[in-house]
Amino acid sequence: MEQMKKKLHLGKTNREKVTTFGLVIALYVFVEILQRTGNLSNLMRGQLVPICAYMIMALSLNLTVGILGELSLGHAGFVSIGAFTGVTVASLLRPVVSQNWILFVIALVAGGTLAGIVGFLIGIPVLRLRGDYLAIVTLAFGEIVKSLVNNLYIGFDQNGIHFAFLHDTLNLAEGGKKIIAGPMGATTIPKVSTFLAGVLLVLFCLYFLYRLLGSKMGRAIKAMRDNSIAAESVGINITRYKLTAFTMSAFMAGMGGVLFGLNYSSIIAGKFNVDLSILILVFVVLGGLGNLRGSIIAAGVLTVLPELLRSLRDYRMLAYSIVLIAIMLITNNQILVQWWTQRKKDLKNMFTRLRKSGQGGEG
Amino acid sequence: MSFLSHLINGISLGSIYAIIALGYTMVYGIAKMLNFAHGDVIMVGAYVCFFALNSFGLPPVVGVLLAMLICTALGILIERLAYKPLRAAPSLAVLITAIGVSYFLQNGALLLWGSNSKVFPSIFNNAALHLFDGQLTIGVTTLITIAACVVIMIGLTLFTGNTKMGKAMRACSEDKDAAILMGINVNRTISVTFAIGSALAAIAGVLLCSAYPLLQPTTGSMPGIKAFTAAVFGGIGSIPGAFLGGILLGIIEIFAKAYLSTELSDAIVFLVLILVLLIKPTGLLGKKTVVKV
Repeated sequence: MEQMKKKLHLGKTNREKVTTFGLVIALYVFVEILQRTGNLSNLMRGQLVPICAYMIMALSLNLTVGILGELSLGHAGFVSIGAFTGVTVASLLRPVVSQNWILFVIALVAGGTLAGIVGFLIGIPVLRLRGDYLAIVTLAFGEIVKSLVNNLYIGFDQNGIHFAFLHDTLNLAEGGKKIIAGPMGATTIPKVSTFLAGVLLVLFCLYFLYRLLGSKMGRAIKAMRDNSIAAESVGINITRYKLTAFTMSAFMAGMGGVLFGLNYSSIIAGKFNVDLSILILVFVVLGGLGNLRGSIIAAGVLTVLPELLRSLRDYRMLAYSIVLIAIMLITNNQILVQWWTQRKKDLKNMFTRLRKSGQGGEG
Repeated sequence: MSFLSHLINGISLGSIYAIIALGYTMVYGIAKMLNFAHGDVIMVGAYVCFFALNSFGLPPVVGVLLAMLICTALGILIERLAYKPLRAAPSLAVLITAIGVSYFLQNGALLLWGSNSKVFPSIFNNAALHLFDGQLTIGVTTLITIAACVVIMIGLTLFTGNTKMGKAMRACSEDKDAAILMGINVNRTISVTFAIGSALAAIAGVLLCSAYPLLQPTTGSMPGIKAFTAAVFGGIGSIPGAFLGGILLGIIEIFAKAYLSTELSDAIVFLVLILVLLIKPTGLLGKKTVVKV
């Protein structure tokens, strides 16, 4: 009996892992039931894949901001690269690949990889900067990506793929198809993203990040965040770990972008702007820096919140901003936080007392 | 001649960026926070001036003064309600709150004044200066913008250098705890900084809309972001840095538009910023060389 109890008793990290995975799976089952029984409004159904995509973006930014401790305001740039690469690859392979899920996986890998490569190349010079300077450079990076994609033309016909920049000089042959048309964005995208694929991808990212956190590398990254000088003096290669983490974060953001892009029939580069970067940052900060479960909950709740506030009609974004300010003020209010920790302690004590008295009764 | 004309236009646009960047930089120097809502205060200032002129038919000078007054009050109010309770909070929490305030102002403006863009009336008469036998034309708006920026810049330098409040600001930005020990009222100093920054934002809003007369709830956000980059470009926390960064950013933007590509002008501006920061990570006039405010 004692032995079994020990086996069942999970450590703190394991407990967190299990509850987080459980939460995502339970949510999936819950939403599926709602959907099957027809209790889900069309509006909400349209939000299912974007919510998963936002969760992935939040998880990926949490790696940069929460775990690595570097403020990035240009995450939309990586999402954009992932989305447009994924869309291009999926459109190109559409005639060849018949299975939707194979198409999705190929697009996912392609989008993530390109975003990861760009993240690596950008990271080499940029990660030398600190704090607000890094923030502004990443913001500039996001805007540059937006401008570049906004002027990119890609199409294909029987002669192969054609690229053009700034002006539409694709000169496609008869029967050719434009995939990305500059400011008009990508159109006639194969919509192969599904809710299930989104949930699986969220679970994959969670698994990956938890593995990372528990590994030697994860501990090194956290040590760097807490005190980079001390970390360096015990022999941690700061540049290498920073760059690896940043690249992984970009890779994940790219995958989130693919999931997002392949959910719509058309997307434009202008949508992946500072506002998106800031939106993701809001998820991460509200969920708690370095807290993966928090990121997921915040991304989910804050995406659904404007829909729930729909009854307020025109006032809904105003209400959203007030909620945002209020949460920050309340969670950072020393008196309230102290009061809450005290109440939590009291409750815990009460439970322990109850359990002890119960055991005593048995004995 | 077209080069000279582009240069003057660039300096004019840069002057607007510089005035906004001064607000950013002063607040950053003292409160160590990125005030994301600053761009939206510009928008509010422009709207106030618009209604003062259009609906109430007030003279332009009164309109500008009214805009400054209301923006100052708004700036102090925002600081009291949203930022002051977070003095001890981590900087990211303050950043998110500032983003919240920015959303609030934008959506408030959307509700109050609608999403239709308004055409800003020309405040200054449309007279222009013709030089070199009419080869070079400089609008009065351009001249006034540049003059306003220079006056503000000199005024601020004198203010921070010579007055008691200015010295208190510098002390606060150096070391807040030591400033308290010296009997400086830190809270009041921060409020005054926000007030000055917001008043400058109102002036910038009026000048911006005089040059580019379309007024929307989102009018302030992109100039706000660009001015923020200008402040970093010149070395955030430094008043001459913000001035230099703003002017340079304006010139680069106009030249990129004129000689390279209109579509890519933003990308070029940001690329130059990245390159400068990589070579000189503290901005052009880094912290060590100039007095911080």
